[in-house]
Formats: sequence, structure tokens, C-alpha cells
Amino acid sequence: MKNIKVLGTGCANCKTTLKLIEESAKAKGAAIQLEKVEDIQQIMSYGVMSTPGVVIDGKVVHAGGIPGREKIDQWLDS
Amino acid sequence: MIAAVIPLPRRHPRAFLGVMAIGWLALYLGLEPLSEWLVSLLPVSRAGHLGGAIQFFLFDTPKVLLLLTGITFVMGMVNSYFTAERTRSLLAGRREGVGNIMAATLGIVTPFCSCSAVPLFIGFVQANVPLGVTFSFLISAPMVNEVALTLLFAMFGWKIAALYLALGLSVAIVSGYIIGRLKMERHLEDWVRNMPHIQPAAVAGGMTLGDRIAAGFASVREIVGKVWIYILAGIAIGAGIHGYVPQDYLASFMGKDAWWSVPLAVLIGVPMYTNAAGIIPIVQALLAKGAALGTVLAFMMSVIALSFPEMVILRKVLKVRLIATFVGVVAAGILLVGYVFNLVL
Repeated sequence: MKNIKVLGTGCANCKTTLKLIEESAKAKGAAIQLEKVEDIQQIMSYGVMSTPGVVIDGKVVHAGGIPGREKIDQWLDS
Repeated sequence: MIAAVIPLPRRHPRAFLGVMAIGWLALYLGLEPLSEWLVSLLPVSRAGHLGGAIQFFLFDTPKVLLLLTGITFVMGMVNSYFTAERTRSLLAGRREGVGNIMAATLGIVTPFCSCSAVPLFIGFVQANVPLGVTFSFLISAPMVNEVALTLLFAMFGWKIAALYLALGLSVAIVSGYIIGRLKMERHLEDWVRNMPHIQPAAVAGGMTLGDRIAAGFASVREIVGKVWIYILAGIAIGAGIHGYVPQDYLASFMGKDAWWSVPLAVLIGVPMYTNAAGIIPIVQALLAKGAALGTVLAFMMSVIALSFPEMVILRKVLKVRLIATFVGVVAAGILLVGYVFNLVL
């Protein structure tokens, strides 16, 4: 099961990102563990400068802006 | 339909851009005759008040929206070259002075959202970007942006847009420089100062032209999708209040002669927060009613550059003294801009 973290200080884009991943996972029936990281010190520990960031199994795969649907589907597939 | 269009920019990005540019230009040049033609179809006199207002609305609305779409598209592509990471590695270890100028200039082209202000701030400090240089960037990025400039250009002409650009950059450069001179590093929160310094690595872009075009479209969707309603409101106000409220209604207390109007405008502007587009309807209304340009621009800058929610976010990394200094220096800069404007024009 993939562990997916969305890094963000609570802006609208971060919430949208979270929702998009949720939807995509539901549509695919993929089992994921989704977390939202709002603590700024923790966010910085991933070295991300622009939020929202997405971390999958400890690896930063995206930073800055809402990820596209295609991109999310790719993450869930691989 | 969108699915059918998507492969095109990917396979032939250059040709696609060329066709788009020609189409955009044709549309832009065709707007005026088109609006005249549409008005001539209506049962109102073109020479009359109503006819004039309708023609203005039919011409101005698509004109502003078209300009904004074009510019946000281009800036979306430009932004894809200047990621926050790249800007950081450009600024790392710069000296003050040159660094402030670079930071303020990069603030225009680097994508920035106020929700990223804190991570960005820490990222810069971690990479040894001097504090004052970091502030120059933080001031310029929200204030001098393509949306504000495009809207000022489309609604008030290139001179006002150019003045806003020059003065906005000056405020960012000078304020950042002063904050740097004040040596306030110890007013960073302790955990920020204690973070390990890192050597910023230049991030490889790895984007094709097709990807950048996609990024351009994404930014159009995001920005124009969000701000069109404000623009519509702004133009409607501009067309609507024409001739209904006395032209110099505001001149008595927001005109050039009222010296206290500039500080008042800044004072009112600081706690307010909206984006560049949201403020345009208000600017439009104030100017139309005889408020002095310097006063209005000072108001606009203080609303965009200084905001209460941003202070709250920044409080996580800065101690109160530093935040107060930041607000004080920037507000003073804006004040000066307002006065200079009112004096010169």
C-alpha cells in the first residue's frame, strides 16, 4: 500500500490536491494511505519550497501547484 | 474537443504557438469593429449615452480578458523556466545591492503564491540568501506581478503600468536593502536559524516546449478562471458610474491637495487583503471619481503587498520585531511612492 503525503500549509490548492488524489484512487480502486502534512517544520524537512508538495513513500514527486490528473494517475499506477 | 486539441502542441509546439499568436492578434484587432457592429444591431443610438456605454463595455471587456489571457499564457510558459528552486540557486550567496535588484526582478517572473511564502522564505535562508535579499523577493513577488501590470495597462494605459512597475520594484529593492542593513538575523525564529544550511543544487528543467505550453494553459485556467469576475465588475463600475456620481466627488478628500489622504490610504490598505484583480474595480471607481493617482496606487500597493493573513503565516518564522520592521519599512516606501506620484503628476 502506498503512503502518500500532501504537504501544504492549508491553502486552497493543497486541499484541492488532496481531493484529486482521493478521487483518483477511488476511481482506480487503489489502496492508499493518504496524509496531510501541515506543520511547516515537517514540510521543510522534505526540502520543498513551493506548496502543495506530494510525497510518495518518502520521496518527493511534486512541488508547487495542483498536479494534473494524468500525473496523479501515473503515481498510483507505478 | 479538448482531448482532440491536446496532442497538437505536443507534436508541433512551434507551429501551434505561431497559429495561436496569429489567431490572438486577429481577434484583438477585430474587437473594435466587432463591438461597433454589435451595437449597430441594437435599437439604441450609438451617439447616445447608453449606446456609448454599451459599446465601451462590449469592446473593453473582451479586450481586457484577451490581454490577460495572452499574458498569463506567456507568463505561465516563462514561469516554467523560473522555478522557485532555480531562483534560489541564482540568489544564493549574492551580495546585498546587486542581490536586492536581482531578487526584486526575479520576483516578477517566479511563480509565487502567498501560501508558499513561508516555505520559500526558509528555503532561501537555508541556502544562504541574505535576509534583505530574501525580503526584496518577498515584497516584489506578490506586488509586481503580471496580472496587476496587465490590468493597469489595459484599463489605464501603459504609462501607469510602467510607473507601477518601476515604483514597485524600487520599493522592493530599497525596503529589502534597508532590512538587510538593519542586521536582523537574530529576529528569525530559533528553529529557522538552526536549520542546516544546504548547498542549493541547480534543478534540471527537463521540460519540453510542449510541456511549457501545457503549463501556459494551466496558468490561464487557474488565473483567468479566478479573476474574470473581478475584471467584469471593474469594467461595469467604470462604465456604470460614468456621469452618475459627480466627477470630483472624491477629489475633496482623496485628491492631491489632501496631504493626509496618502497615509490614510496605506493605513486602510494594510489590513485589507485581496489579489491584484480584486482591487482593480475599486481602483477604477476611485480614479473615476477624482481620487489622486498616487493615493490610489499607494492604496493598491499596500493592499497587495502587506496583508494581515500573510503576517500571521510569517509569524511562524519571524519574531514580532522583524515583522514590525518589515511592515514599517514597506509602508514607508509605499507612502513615499504615493507622495512622489501626486507631486509629479
